[in-house]
Amino acid sequence: MRNIKFEDLVKAIRDSVIEINCVPSPEQLKKYDLGIENEEITLSKQVLLSLKENALIAKDRMIPICQDTGTAVFFLEYGTNINIEGGFIYDAIYEGVRLGYQEGFLRKSIVGNPITRRNTGNNLPPIIHTKLVDGDSLNMVILAKGAGSENMSSLKMMVPSDGIEGIKKFVLESVRKAGPNPCPPITVGIGVGSNFEGVALLAKKALVKELFENTDDDLIKEIEVDLKMKLNKLNIGPQGFGGKTSVFDVCVLMEPCHIASMPVAININCHVIRHKKIVF
Amino acid sequence: MLLRTPIDKKVLINLKAGEDILITGTIYTARDSAHKLLTQLISEGKQLPFELEGSIIYYAGPAPTKPGEIVGSIGPTTSYRMDPYTPDILNEGAAILIGKGSRSNFVKAALLKNKAIYCAALGGAGALLASKVKSISVVAFPELGPEAIYKLEVEDFPVIVVNDLEGNDIYENH
Repeated sequence: MRNIKFEDLVKAIRDSVIEINCVPSPEQLKKYDLGIENEEITLSKQVLLSLKENALIAKDRMIPICQDTGTAVFFLEYGTNINIEGGFIYDAIYEGVRLGYQEGFLRKSIVGNPITRRNTGNNLPPIIHTKLVDGDSLNMVILAKGAGSENMSSLKMMVPSDGIEGIKKFVLESVRKAGPNPCPPITVGIGVGSNFEGVALLAKKALVKELFENTDDDLIKEIEVDLKMKLNKLNIGPQGFGGKTSVFDVCVLMEPCHIASMPVAININCHVIRHKKIVF
Repeated sequence: MLLRTPIDKKVLINLKAGEDILITGTIYTARDSAHKLLTQLISEGKQLPFELEGSIIYYAGPAPTKPGEIVGSIGPTTSYRMDPYTPDILNEGAAILIGKGSRSNFVKAALLKNKAIYCAALGGAGALLASKVKSISVVAFPELGPEAIYKLEVEDFPVIVVNDLEGNDIYENH
């Protein structure tokens, strides 16, 4: 057994939720730069310049890049030979989120009941996906997921005859319909396969797949490259005002599925992905 | 184009879709829950927490204010969720609505009928937009937290006209 202290987990999670919401990654800034270089329309270029300026102001003053500091989503890879000293793993996550959102002056955006809609006041609960693994490793991917883009996501139980063209058509149609709403340039997470509940999770994981071990095959790469090219021809552009940069990235994950099914899910993220991997 | 509140609706005729505006003066935030409560008050004929005639309404819910700062990050939220409530708000005289993303056809019709315009602020630029806010205070529904109605004093707050009074829409006409 390997021991990890409960307080160390709490502190790392607290610090990470503040950091991902306030400090843009170097990769994020590069995405803006590339878009600024590619755009020809003045308004589209100006929008990207402002989005970059915003990210730098946030970093400088340690305030959130976007006021929607999101639902805290966790992907855990939890080694069965790990022992948390002084508490339970999910309690550590809850406490880290609570402290981070409170002490980092992040917005509390969770209501306790979807109908009566009273704010929980501490951004709890987070959403936690746990995968048990053999050994004594503990990896945690954290994503602060905004809802404007989440609302533009969709899932379709497609069938085998729809094939690759059916998948691409569904993605193009979904992103076209989302238009300016999810704060483009967006990242499109696409899940293909699994089953009804599994494919939604795949699409969410696709958004942060760069933080996991790369399992892309040639087919996945082909779909990503082709869709990115086609989506950037939709002329949605930064913030929907037109232009060549409608999407920053298209990320696909696939899993086996039933002989009768081909589930497809599309999870959309705004222009700024706020995520981090912590290895304990 | 520079605009100063209170807004005389007559000046809105000069503004075209795609045009940049800098707003100085008073604007009010209202998002999902505040819209629901405001339109309830309207339907019951009760007094509203602020004067809607000539007002600017900003679909936003700020992050908490950090010590030493004036306001937390405060970018726009997606506007279509306010669509069901918007005709009632416009009938009460609101002049400029600010959010992000496209509106339903019935909202566009209500904008034209009431000679009001819809503008977009930059989505995901809450830190930049916070630097244009000079003061913030709660006007109504403090129990809603970020969804309360806040009165903001802003200076050169940047927006882009989406739906103008000629029926143009920047999201469709580019």
